[in-house]
Amino acid sequence: MKEKLKKLQEEAIQLIEESVTPETLNDVRIKYLGKKGELTAVLKGMKDVAKEERPKVGQLVNESREIIEHALDYAKTEMEKARRAEQMKKEVIDVTLPSKKNMIGHRHPNTIALEEVERIFVGMGYEVVEGPEVEYDLYNFEKLNIPADHPAKDEQDTFFINPEIVLRTQTSPVQARVMEQGKLPIRMIAPGRVFRSDEVDATHSPSFHQIEGLVVDKKVSFADLKGTLEVFAKELFGEETKTKFRPHHFQFTEPSAEVDVSCFKCGGEGCRFCKGTGWIEILGCGMVHPRVLEMCNIDPNEYSGFAFGVGLERIALLKYEIDDMRLLYENDIRFLKQF
Amino acid sequence: MNTSLSWIKAYVPDLEVTPRKYTDAMTLSGTKVEGYEEHDKDLEKIVVAQIEKIEKHPDADKLVVCQVNVGDEIIQIVTGAPNVKEGDKIPVVLVGGRVAGGHEPGAKVAGGIKIKKGKLRGVESFGMMCSIEELGSTKEMFPDAPEDGVYILPEDAPVGESAIQYLGLDDVVFEFEVTSNRVDCYSIIGLARESAATFNKEFHLPEIKETGNGEDVNESIKIQVENKELCPRFCARVAKDIKIGPSPKWLRERLVSVGIRPINNLVDITNYIMEEYGQPMHAYDLSTIEGGKIIVKTAKNGEKFVTLDGQERELDETMLMICDAEKPIGIAGIMGGENTMITEEVKTVLFEAACFNGTNIRKSSKKIGLRTDASGKFEKGLDPASAVDAVNRACQLVEELGAGVALSGIVDVYSGESKQITVPFDGKKINEMLGTDIAEEDMIDILDKIDLVYNPDTKEIMVPSFRQDIERLADLAEEVARFYGYDKIPTTLPKGESTIGKISFKLRVEEVAKDVAEACGFSQGMCYSFESPKVFDKLLIPEDSTLRNGIKISNPLGEDYSIMRTTPLNGMLTSLATNYNRRNKDVRLYELGNIYIPRDLDKNELPDERMQFTLGMYGVGDFFSMKGVAETFMEKVGLKERETYSPDSNIPYLHPGRQANILYQNQVVGYLGEVHPEVADSYGIGEKTYVMVIDMPFIEEKASFEKKYEGIPRFPAITRDISMVMKKEIMVGEVEKIIESNGGKYLESYKLFDLYEGEQVEKGYKSVAYSIVFRGKEKTLEDKEIAKAMEKILQSLEALGISLRK
Repeated sequence: MKEKLKKLQEEAIQLIEESVTPETLNDVRIKYLGKKGELTAVLKGMKDVAKEERPKVGQLVNESREIIEHALDYAKTEMEKARRAEQMKKEVIDVTLPSKKNMIGHRHPNTIALEEVERIFVGMGYEVVEGPEVEYDLYNFEKLNIPADHPAKDEQDTFFINPEIVLRTQTSPVQARVMEQGKLPIRMIAPGRVFRSDEVDATHSPSFHQIEGLVVDKKVSFADLKGTLEVFAKELFGEETKTKFRPHHFQFTEPSAEVDVSCFKCGGEGCRFCKGTGWIEILGCGMVHPRVLEMCNIDPNEYSGFAFGVGLERIALLKYEIDDMRLLYENDIRFLKQF
Repeated sequence: MNTSLSWIKAYVPDLEVTPRKYTDAMTLSGTKVEGYEEHDKDLEKIVVAQIEKIEKHPDADKLVVCQVNVGDEIIQIVTGAPNVKEGDKIPVVLVGGRVAGGHEPGAKVAGGIKIKKGKLRGVESFGMMCSIEELGSTKEMFPDAPEDGVYILPEDAPVGESAIQYLGLDDVVFEFEVTSNRVDCYSIIGLARESAATFNKEFHLPEIKETGNGEDVNESIKIQVENKELCPRFCARVAKDIKIGPSPKWLRERLVSVGIRPINNLVDITNYIMEEYGQPMHAYDLSTIEGGKIIVKTAKNGEKFVTLDGQERELDETMLMICDAEKPIGIAGIMGGENTMITEEVKTVLFEAACFNGTNIRKSSKKIGLRTDASGKFEKGLDPASAVDAVNRACQLVEELGAGVALSGIVDVYSGESKQITVPFDGKKINEMLGTDIAEEDMIDILDKIDLVYNPDTKEIMVPSFRQDIERLADLAEEVARFYGYDKIPTTLPKGESTIGKISFKLRVEEVAKDVAEACGFSQGMCYSFESPKVFDKLLIPEDSTLRNGIKISNPLGEDYSIMRTTPLNGMLTSLATNYNRRNKDVRLYELGNIYIPRDLDKNELPDERMQFTLGMYGVGDFFSMKGVAETFMEKVGLKERETYSPDSNIPYLHPGRQANILYQNQVVGYLGEVHPEVADSYGIGEKTYVMVIDMPFIEEKASFEKKYEGIPRFPAITRDISMVMKKEIMVGEVEKIIESNGGKYLESYKLFDLYEGEQVEKGYKSVAYSIVFRGKEKTLEDKEIAKAMEKILQSLEALGISLRK
C-alpha cells in the first residue's frame, strides 16, 4: 500500500513537472485528486485494509495529497509568473514618446509680480485694499497736498472726465480713503490700475499699475520706512540686494526719498542693464506729510506714517527681463506662456 | 537745469572734486545729477602757440609751412588754413594729442582723433592748428571764429599754456534734476549753495555793489501795476549811454559753459542773471516806451500782439501784459514785443525784473503755445526778493562791462510784505520722525549751512524768502536728514500694535477665477480700460443700447482711447485677433478687469466699476467647453445651488442660436456663446470663437468658502435609466428641471448619457436618455421608496409632450 501511494505520488509530481499549461495541471489534479481520482480510489479501497491499519493509511494518503496539491499550486504560480513576464515583454513602450499634457493656462507676469509683492507685505501684517480707478480729483490730488493749479498736477498728465473726476494717476488716493475711515493703526498696500496721458511705446503706457503702501501708527519713523523697504527689496530681489535712499520730493510725503536697489544682474558692479551705475531705481517713498494726515483728520502730533509707491510693470519688466512694455498688453500667447 | 562746475566754483571757490564724486554726493544730498559732460574729455596736448614765420609749400599751392612757437620750442606745422598770418596766436595740438573731431561743424568723433607726426606733400608737420570745431565747440559759442579756418586767439593768450584752459573748455557741465519744490535751485546760486553745504565749504554770494550816477530813475519811468495778484512785484532800473558790444571773455565763457550763445553785452547780461539768480529779466529800449510809463494789466479778449520772434499772438483777458502809456510792449513773463526790441542803436535801456503769478504764466504760456526760458522759470513761482537783486546786479554788470551808465534808484512796486517766516525748532521731535539720535547742535549746524538760521531766543528757525517750500517741522527734518545722510539713518521695523495681514474677500474670489481659468487652459491677458466709440459698431451693439453711454475722457490720447469701456468684449476679441494674425493655434485667454457703468455723472457720481471675468477662445473646444469652465468656477466659489442657462440672452455680438445667459437664483450673472460670425469677421478671426463674461460683484455676493464634510455614501445607490423621444425644440434643461423638482429627497444625481437625432427617430424629434441616481444616507433604498418619485418624473415629462421609450 505504502509503495503504491509512493508510486502514485511520484507519477503525479512527474506529470506536474512536465505540464506546460494550466489545463494539463488541471488534468493532473482531476486524475489524482478528483472525486474519481487515484488517491481518492485508494481511500475508497480502505475497506479492504485491516481496521487497525486504517488510520495510518489515511494519514499516508493525506500526506500524499498535500504534497501533490502543493506541487500543483507551486507549478501554477510559476506558470502565471512566466505568462505575466511574457505579456509585459510585449507591452514595452517607448518612454521618449511625447507626453500628453493637460492644457494649463498661464498667469500674467504683472499678476505674478503683484502676488509676490502681496505675499511679502501680507506676511508683515499688511492688508490688501482697493480703491476706485475713476476717482475724484479731491482724493487723487487735493487730499494728497496737491492743490488746484499746483505744477505737480500738470506734471502727472492727467486724464479728466470732468473738472472734478479724473482717471486716477496714482494709487495714492487709496491712502486718503483709508485714512479717512479713521481706523488706526493702518498697515495696507493698495495695488491697482492707474492712468497717465502717455503715448504707447516700449517704456510707456497710458494705463499701468502701481502698488501703494501705507503705515500709520504712533511713533512711525523714517528709520522704519528704510527697514521695511529693505526687507521688501531683499525678499523680492534676493537676500544680497542692497538699497540706497536718495532725497526726493513728493507733495504728499516729507521727507521723501527715491529708492534704488543694487543691480541684481551684475550685483552692483555696473552693467548694461543698470546703465553702468550698479543701481536700479524702483520706487518713491517718504513720511506721510503732516498736512495729509490733518486733511484726513489724523493728528500729526500723535500719529505719523510712511508711504511708498511701486510701479508694478517696472518690477515685472526688471524681474523677468522684458524689454518692451507693449508686450504686457498685447496678450500674445507665446509671450504669456513663458510665465 | 544745466550748470558748469566752473560757474559753481565762482561761489564755492574751495570746491575741488571729480565729476563722479560731485554727482554722487549731490544726488545723495537731494540735488540729483542726471549726468555730466566733460567738455575736454577728447582734448589732449593742445597749447596756445604763436606763428613766427609762414612760407609757401614747395609742392602745394593751398598749403603753407609755418614755424610755430609752442612755448618751449619752435615746431614746424604744415597747414591749409586760409586765415593765418605771422604773429597770430592759435591753438595747436601737439603730436600724440587729441582733438574732438574734424573741422566740419558737428563732426565730433567718439573718443576724439589722435594727432600723429605727418608729411604733407613731402614736408614734415609736427602737429595741427585747430578750428573751433576741432576743439569740440561751435561757431555759435565762439562768434569770433572764422567761417573757415583756424580759430585765432586773442593777443593776451599765454604762449605755451593750455589753450583748452584759456578758452574755458576744460569745464564739466552737470545736468541736474531739480524737484518742483526747489525753485531756488533753478539758479546757479541755489545749486552753489547746495554744493557748498554738501561738501562743507564756504559759500559766497556775489557782491552787488551800489550803482548810480545821481540821476533819479523816477524821472525817467513810472510803473503802475493794475493787477497786483498776477504781479506781486515789478522792479525797474534804467541805464543810459549804452554801448553795445561783445561781452568780455569771462562772461562769454560762463554762458558758453551752460550752452547759452553769447550775443552782445546787454543780452548777455540779462541771460547771465537769469542763470545766476534764476530771475528772468527783460531789457527795453526806453526810447520806444511811450509816455515814460509802464502799466501792468491784463489783455483784452481777442487782442493781437507781435512778439520778439515776429509771430503774431492772440491774447485773452486772463493774460498779463506789460504796456506803455499807449500800447502793449510785452507778454508778461513770456516774451517781449517786437515794438520795443533792443537794437544796435539803443541809447537808454530799461531793465525789468518782476515776480509774476506762476500758475497764470503757466496757463498763459500753454494757451499761447509759447514756452520760453523765462516762462519756464516764472511758472515755478519765484521769490519776490530776487527781482531787486537782479536789476541791481544788471546795473552793476553794465557799469563793470563799460556798457553804459546806471541811473540812481530803483522803481520797486511790491504789493506783498517782506515778512520773516519762522518755524519752531524741536530737535527731539525731528529725531522721532527720523528714528535717529542726532545732537541738536549738529542739526542747527546743518540748517545753518543752507541759510536756515536758528534763533536761540525764540527757539525758531528763520526761513529765508528763497525757501518758500519750508513751512513746518517736517520740512526741517528733511533738510537735516539729507545733509546728515539718508544712508546714516538706521533701519528698523515699525513696532506698534500688530496687525493682521489679509486680502479681501473680493480678491479671494478673483483668486479662484484665476485658478479655474488657468486649470482650464486659459492664460491671463490684460487690456486697456479705454477704447474707441467705434467698438460699439464693431460689436453690432444697437444705437439705443445703454452700453453706448460710456464715460468719455475729456482729454483722451485720441479717439481710439476716448471711452471707458462698458463691455470687456473688445479687449478680448482684439487680443484673440492678435493671436490669430500671428498664427497662434488653440488660443485661450482670460481677463479680470473692470468695466465702468456710468451713474449720475451730472451729480458727479463715480461710475460703477464692475470687475468682469472674461474668457475667450478659438481652436480646440466648443460652447460646452466654455460652459464647463462656468460650472467649475461656480462650484469652486461655493455657490450653493446650480446655475442655469437660458437661450433668451439676445446678445447682438453672439451667434443668435448659440448663446445663453448664465442665471443664478433667477438673476443673470453672465453670458456665454459663440461670437457672431460677422463680428469675428470684423476682428479678423477666421475660426469659431467662444466667449464668456461673468459679473464678479454678483458672484462675490453669493460666494462662500465655508465647507462642511458631508460624509462618504455608505449605502448602495439605485439607478434608473429613462429613454425619451421629444421634439427637437425642447431643451434638455427642461428635462433636468423636471428631474430636479420631482426627484424627491433621495435624488442624488442625474446624467445625460445619450442624445440622438437621425434616421432612427422621427423627423423633428430627438431621442434623449438620462440616468438618474437615488441614494439613501441612512439606509439601503428599496425600489418602492423611489417608485413615487420616478412616477412623478415620468408624469411631468409626459405632460410636456415627451414620450417615453419602453
